[in-house]
Amino acid sequence: MIHFESVTKTYPNQSRPALESVNLDVEKGEFVFLVGPSGSGKSTFLRLILREERPSDGRIYVAGRDLARLTNWKVPQLRRRIGCVFQDFRLLPGKSVYQNIAFALEVIGKPRRFIRKVVPEVIDLVGLEGKSHRMPDELSGGEQQRVAMARAFVNRPMILLADEPTGNIDPATSIGIMKVLDRINRTGTTVVMATHDAAIVDSMRKRVIELEYGKVVRDQSRGVYGQAY
Amino acid sequence: MRAQFVFGEVWVGLRRNLTMTAALVVVVAISLSLLGTGLLFVKQVDHTRTLWQSKLQLSVFLCGSVAMSPQCTKNGPATSAQIGQINKQLSSLPEVVQVSYLTHQAAYQQFKREFANEPVMIDNTPADYIPASFEVKLRNAEADAANVTAAVTGMPGVDSVGNDSAILTKFYRLLDGARNAVIVVAIILIIAAILLVANTIRLSAFNRRRETAIMRLVGASNFYVQLPFLVEGMIAGLFGWLIAVALLTGARAGLDGLQQYFPFPVQLSTVDLVEVVLVTMLIGLLLCGATSFLTLRRYLRV
Repeated sequence: MIHFESVTKTYPNQSRPALESVNLDVEKGEFVFLVGPSGSGKSTFLRLILREERPSDGRIYVAGRDLARLTNWKVPQLRRRIGCVFQDFRLLPGKSVYQNIAFALEVIGKPRRFIRKVVPEVIDLVGLEGKSHRMPDELSGGEQQRVAMARAFVNRPMILLADEPTGNIDPATSIGIMKVLDRINRTGTTVVMATHDAAIVDSMRKRVIELEYGKVVRDQSRGVYGQAY
Repeated sequence: MRAQFVFGEVWVGLRRNLTMTAALVVVVAISLSLLGTGLLFVKQVDHTRTLWQSKLQLSVFLCGSVAMSPQCTKNGPATSAQIGQINKQLSSLPEVVQVSYLTHQAAYQQFKREFANEPVMIDNTPADYIPASFEVKLRNAEADAANVTAAVTGMPGVDSVGNDSAILTKFYRLLDGARNAVIVVAIILIIAAILLVANTIRLSAFNRRRETAIMRLVGASNFYVQLPFLVEGMIAGLFGWLIAVALLTGARAGLDGLQQYFPFPVQLSTVDLVEVVLVTMLIGLLLCGATSFLTLRRYLRV
């Protein structure tokens, strides 16, 4: 599903590469934790998958496509197959829960009838039944992140990227968020989650990829957070 | 493409930076109406020019009993032989369409008619002062005047040659100058309008950066991301244009009101007005659309 082939990314005016010769594969339906200190290259990794950045060297394949060969006007097609969740939720403050989720479908031209059918389904999936008309500022942080996850998942992407989704949320609520991510993963969606949350990584026992200074220093199939070798 | 979604976004965008939009509408309205005024001006001048063109003629004044030029002083009044010679010379010129002889009595009567409003002038002009003349109609009043004048000047019996179009040329130069001034101001305002469109769109893009960031993230096509902004710019342009149409229609009504002060028709036909209005619409939409598009390319990259 995601295939990195000796990928190096150096940002302009920086001597040290953000990612250096990264080789890895993420299969369809996998759940992967991406761990490592700040500045280790986690965000760059996610941005490369979204093709918000292009690698300085190496090849990247996402959902079978060679990103180097993807023309600019095809990038939206790629992004429709990838859902994204962020630490800061990124909801539109003027829109209700329902409208926030529907927005993601409206802007890719989905028909109204389709939107009316799938949005309530995904609201149920993330556990926000009965809150579809609330505004974001009426919701708790955990609930807002559920809305963001619903928005990321409503178009049934093949890949869900989560950049520290529990970073702004207390541990008890985080468990709920992880349950939703697990539920999404069980539908066959590949999930890649960058995180600093050791407790979550340890409890889930999923594949862990650790980055340090732009290099993969650990790739364990049922890993924990802090197990530096 | 879901029109409802696009127009919803456009409405939000226009409402959010209402002051900018208002400024944009006003500037577009003023620049387009000035441009339209300039264009109407051009049409008006063209109309009067063709109107006068057919009426302009050359007057070849003959020596009379009261001598005006040294030549006449020397030779005395034109003899009938000289008059015949001049007539022959004029008729032989290819530029001349028609020659008619105006006797000195007839010329005086015409003079009295034309200055009927100014009795003092008539009282102080003895009949002898108005010379007989040949009224010469030319193929092209402006272009041919110099040639024909040269051909008869200096012939015995010719006092001087009066050229109607020489007087009108000065008048036209004045009109042309006024028209150019209007157009220059219109162009400056159009530049201001372009800058304002660019700024409004930029502000709008900034105001909606959250929405556009999410749109890009979920894979909205460029077209979808940019169209609301484009439509926004064009709607502002359209409103400006509507105001300009109202102003131009008013300007035409004002021109009609001025009719009483002119001895020739100054009204513009509705066809002229519609033509100018359509041209300004095209310019307005193009201006707003193209500027929005170019601005967006800078600020909304994928």
